[in-house]
Amino acid sequence: MMEILRCTVNNKPVEVGIDPRESLADTLRQRLGLTSVKKGCEVGECGACTVLVDGVAIDSCIYLSVWAQGKTILTVEGLRDENGELTPLQKAFVEEAAVQCGFCTPGIIMSAVEIVGSGKLYTREELRKLISGHLCRCTGYENILNAVERAVQEAHKFVGKEE
Amino acid sequence: MYDISSLYQATSVADAIRALQADPKAILIAGGTDVLIKIREGRLPGCSLVSIHELGEELRGIALAPNGDVEIGPLSTFRDVTFSPIIRQHIPVLGEATDMAGGPQLRAVGTIGGNVCNGVTSADSASTLMALDAVLVVRGPAGERRVPISQWYKGVHQVNLAHDELLVKLLIPRENYDGFTGHYIKYAQRSAMDIATLGVSCLVKLSEDKRLVRQVKLAFGVANPVPMRSPAAEAAVAGLPLEEAIAQIGKAALQDVNPRTSWRASREFRLQLVEELSGRALREAARKGGAAV
Ligand SMILES: Cc1cc2nc3c(=O)[nH]c(=O)nc-3n(C[C@H](O)[C@H](O)[C@H](O)COP(=O)(O)OP(=O)(O)OC[C@H]3O[C@@H](n4cnc5c(N)ncnc54)[C@H](O)[C@@H]3O)c2cc1C
Ligand code: FES
Ligand code: FES
Repeated sequence: MMEILRCTVNNKPVEVGIDPRESLADTLRQRLGLTSVKKGCEVGECGACTVLVDGVAIDSCIYLSVWAQGKTILTVEGLRDENGELTPLQKAFVEEAAVQCGFCTPGIIMSAVEIVGSGKLYTREELRKLISGHLCRCTGYENILNAVERAVQEAHKFVGKEE
Repeated sequence: MYDISSLYQATSVADAIRALQADPKAILIAGGTDVLIKIREGRLPGCSLVSIHELGEELRGIALAPNGDVEIGPLSTFRDVTFSPIIRQHIPVLGEATDMAGGPQLRAVGTIGGNVCNGVTSADSASTLMALDAVLVVRGPAGERRVPISQWYKGVHQVNLAHDELLVKLLIPRENYDGFTGHYIKYAQRSAMDIATLGVSCLVKLSEDKRLVRQVKLAFGVANPVPMRSPAAEAAVAGLPLEEAIAQIGKAALQDVNPRTSWRASREFRLQLVEELSGRALREAARKGGAAV
C-alpha cells in the first residue's frame, strides 16, 4: 500500500510515494537519493541518520515517514552558503580535521546546524552534551568538538544571542 | 522497512479510542522510541499500530492551571518538559530528570506519556513523577478517570490502562511541588545514551531556618521491578536536623527496596547505590532549597 508524502526537503517541495512502514531514513535514502543520511544502528543509538525536521535534530531511522507529512526536512545535501560553497560549519569540520572515515559526519553536522543556528554560545561541556547523541568510531571527538565550537563562535559574531 | 501490517493515524483522541476499540490487538504509538525499537527487534511481528504522533494540538504542551496545578500533555517530549518555562520555574527537578534520557535527538522525540505508559522501572521521568505523586488522567470509551501514580504500575510493562484507554494528561497538584525542592540522580555507566543502573529522586521541604527536614519524598527507579517510593525512609527522616537526615535516609530506604541482579549490575551493588545516593540526593535537594550543607 502506497501513500503520498508531501513535504519540503532541502528547501524544495517534494511529493513522493511512500510505504507507510518505512522510516524517514529509508525514504530519504532510497526514494530521494539523499545518501548523506547514514544508517548505522537503526535503533536510535548512533545518530548517523540525524536530519532536521522542522528545525529539530531527530534520528530519522526511528521516525516514520508518514509523520513527516507537511513538515520541513533538512539533510546535508541542503546545506550551502550563498555562493554554493560549503557552509562555515562544514568548512570548520574540514579545517579542524574533524572527519576521518566520514560515516558519522553528516549526522553530527545536522545536529551542529541546529546548535549553531541557535546563535548562542556554549561551553565545551554543553557542546559535549549537545552532540552526545552521536557515536564516532574514528576521531575521539576532540576535533569534532573543536569544529563545532569554532562554528558556534563564528555564528555568534553575526547573530549573537545571550542566555 | 518496519514489520507492521497496518498503521492508522488517529485524527483526534476520540478517533484513537475508536480505533483501539475496533482492533483489540492494535498498539498505540506516540513518539515511537520504545515501540519502533521493539518492532525492529522482532518482538511485535506484523503488528497494527494506531498513531497519536500528530495529535499535538490536543495532547502536547505544559500549562499552569489557575489553581496552581501543573498540567502536562502526554505528547510533550522530554525536551518540551526540560525547556518549559513553567517546569523550570515550578518543578525544575522534573525537567532535570527528563534531560537525562538518551541523547538530544531522542529527547526531541520521546514523550513523557510514553515514558510512563511503557511501564519500565528505569524510565527517567518515573521516579520524580512518583515523588511528586502525579495524577494520571486517562480517557476511554466511558469517559475519564484519574489514577494516582501510586496505583499506576502493576508490573513490568504493565500499567493501569485498558486497551482502549489513552493517557491524556499528567497532573502535578500544586501542594505536591509547592515549597519542595528536588534532585534526581541517574547512576549509569555512561553520562549519555545509557539506561539507569539506579535512579533516585528526592524532594524535600525544609523548616524556615533551613536546618530541619519537614518532609521528604524519596522515589527510586530500578530498585524494584517498578518505580517505587520509600515510606520507611520518608518516615525515618521527617523532623530530623538535615545532616542527621542525610546520614540516615539511605539505611532506612534499604527496608523498602528490592533490586534485582541484571547484566548491568548486581543486587548488592544496587543496594549500595540506594544507600549512598539517597543521602546525596537529599543533600542536593536541600542545597537547592537554600540549606548550607
Ligand atoms: C536510543 C534510546 C535511548 C533511550 N534512553 C532512555 C533513557 O535514557 N531513559 C528513559 O527513560 N528512556 C529511554 N529510552 C526509552 C524511550 O525513549 C522512552 O521510554 C520514551 O519516553 C518513550 O516515549 P515514546 O512517545 O517514544 O513512546 P512510544 O514508543 O510511542 O510508546 C511507548 C509505550 O507507551 C504507550 N503510550 C505512549 N503514549 C501513550 C498515551 N498517551 N496513552 C497510552 N499509552 C501510550 C505505547 O502504546 C507504548 O506501549 C530510550 C530509547 C531509545 C531508542
Ligand atoms: S541509524 Fe539512526 S540512530 Fe543509528
Ligand atoms: S569519522 Fe569515522 S565514525 Fe566518525
